Amino acid sequence: MEQQILQVKHLSKSFGKQEVLKDIDFTVNQGDVISIIGASGSGKSTLLRCINLLETPNSGEILFHGTNMAGRGANAASYRAKVGMVFQSFNLFNNMTVLENCIVGQVKVLKRNRDDAQKRALEFLGKVGMAPYINAKPRQISGGQKQRVAIARALAMDPEVLLFDEPTSALDPEMVGEVLSVMRGIAADGMTMLVVTHEMAFARDVSNRVVYMADGVICEQGTPDQIFSAPQQERTEEFLSRFHNG
Amino acid sequence: MNKFAQLGADIAKLWLKYGGSYLSGIKNTLILALVGTVIGCLIGFICGILNTIPYNKNDNPIKRFFLALIRIVIRVYVEVFRGTPMVLQAVFLYYGLPYFTNNSVKFSSVWAAAIVVVSINTGAYMAESVRGGIISVDPGQTEGAKAIGMTHVQTMVNVILPQALRNIMPQIGNNFIINVKDTSVMFIIGFPDFFAAHRAAVGASYLYFPSATVEMAGYLTMTLAASLLLRWAEKKMDGNSSYELVQEDQLVMTAGTYSYPSRHSPFDEQNKEYDQTGKGKVN
Repeated sequence: MEQQILQVKHLSKSFGKQEVLKDIDFTVNQGDVISIIGASGSGKSTLLRCINLLETPNSGEILFHGTNMAGRGANAASYRAKVGMVFQSFNLFNNMTVLENCIVGQVKVLKRNRDDAQKRALEFLGKVGMAPYINAKPRQISGGQKQRVAIARALAMDPEVLLFDEPTSALDPEMVGEVLSVMRGIAADGMTMLVVTHEMAFARDVSNRVVYMADGVICEQGTPDQIFSAPQQERTEEFLSRFHNG
Repeated sequence: MNKFAQLGADIAKLWLKYGGSYLSGIKNTLILALVGTVIGCLIGFICGILNTIPYNKNDNPIKRFFLALIRIVIRVYVEVFRGTPMVLQAVFLYYGLPYFTNNSVKFSSVWAAAIVVVSINTGAYMAESVRGGIISVDPGQTEGAKAIGMTHVQTMVNVILPQALRNIMPQIGNNFIINVKDTSVMFIIGFPDFFAAHRAAVGASYLYFPSATVEMAGYLTMTLAASLLLRWAEKKMDGNSSYELVQEDQLVMTAGTYSYPSRHSPFDEQNKEYDQTGKGKVN
């Protein structure tokens, strides 16, 4: 039985006169792994940031289990605790060790006791292969390692949905693989994921739905097969031709 | 040359008579500067947190009004106390309060008055420093904290302010050193600091220059000590430049590590090698 977690309705966002998102509608069901693809500047990242309320939408609704989070009086902090986010630039807390990064949210936000939080942090750090580095500070580890810690930090909060904002775009080519394989593992565990990415192979192989965005609208969406093998829109085909040829 | 000898003799004379009051002046100056700087920093941090509470058009109008009001109040506070001399602020508060309240409200001691004046004066400077410190922290840090559900205060206390504090440590040091020197104006309300000891000593002995020499040396010693202490504190805050890997498997932990045998022991490989080739002792 599919259960709707997130529902985005008529979402619009502009920065000044620049209209970045135009009347976006889409839903996220339990267990979905959705890849959002599209050219730079098409509004993919803004959409993700609006969903997490890091940007305030100009109009429209973001329904989380039926409750609108984009309106007046919604508790953004407790909503964000249930919707994890992994950033392109990692955003690990520079003043804390790797372990501390994964504990602080659990203790301060979820009010878990320290021992449980530490156990949980170690479990997820082990899962992403960062257990030996728990005493390191973020500035002492590589980009790929940082991103894996960031994923562990998000997972330790037991989110219902995990948003990835171009998680591999700031990484060296040889580090992209380690992060993607961690993400594949999470997807296989059944986590609901929303991934803005330029990694077409990941979009094709891991996600169950692919959303193609262009100029602030959802141009086309469907299963990876539909999008990659038989795109209906000319723009989708054009965008993907670069990937097929490359 | 004999001028220096005379200076030495005068200083000795001063110290014999007023040494106690110089030393207690140094103690009072340091306490006042330290307490004033610490409370001033707290005021600065509170202003910094209040100043950066975000609000947008989705918030209700009362909240927006209050947040805007807070920012204006802090602005006025900073401009007034940063823009007037501390010596006047001291006079204003110490004599102004009883003047306006017919003696019903006044400071119980010069200590209370001095600490209040130095604190709010430092706070005005620190509010701006903290604001700068907060701005200097990568906005991604705030987003990272927000994304795991932290509130504004949690974000500030756990993530932003520790980093801002590190960034503004040099300014806090600056303020402390300025306070060590500038608390000398507190003689105006009768505070017994190091400079007040000078005024008392020269009032009776007329040895202006020798006493000033003592004061110069004293203030310089205090500020140099403060500088050293602050450098040490900064280093402490930066923490280790390396980290230890944690391995569950102890064999993995020790594999590849090799503790070198002590020189000239039977296990000293280098020693043996040299002996075999007949080159004798290793230098």
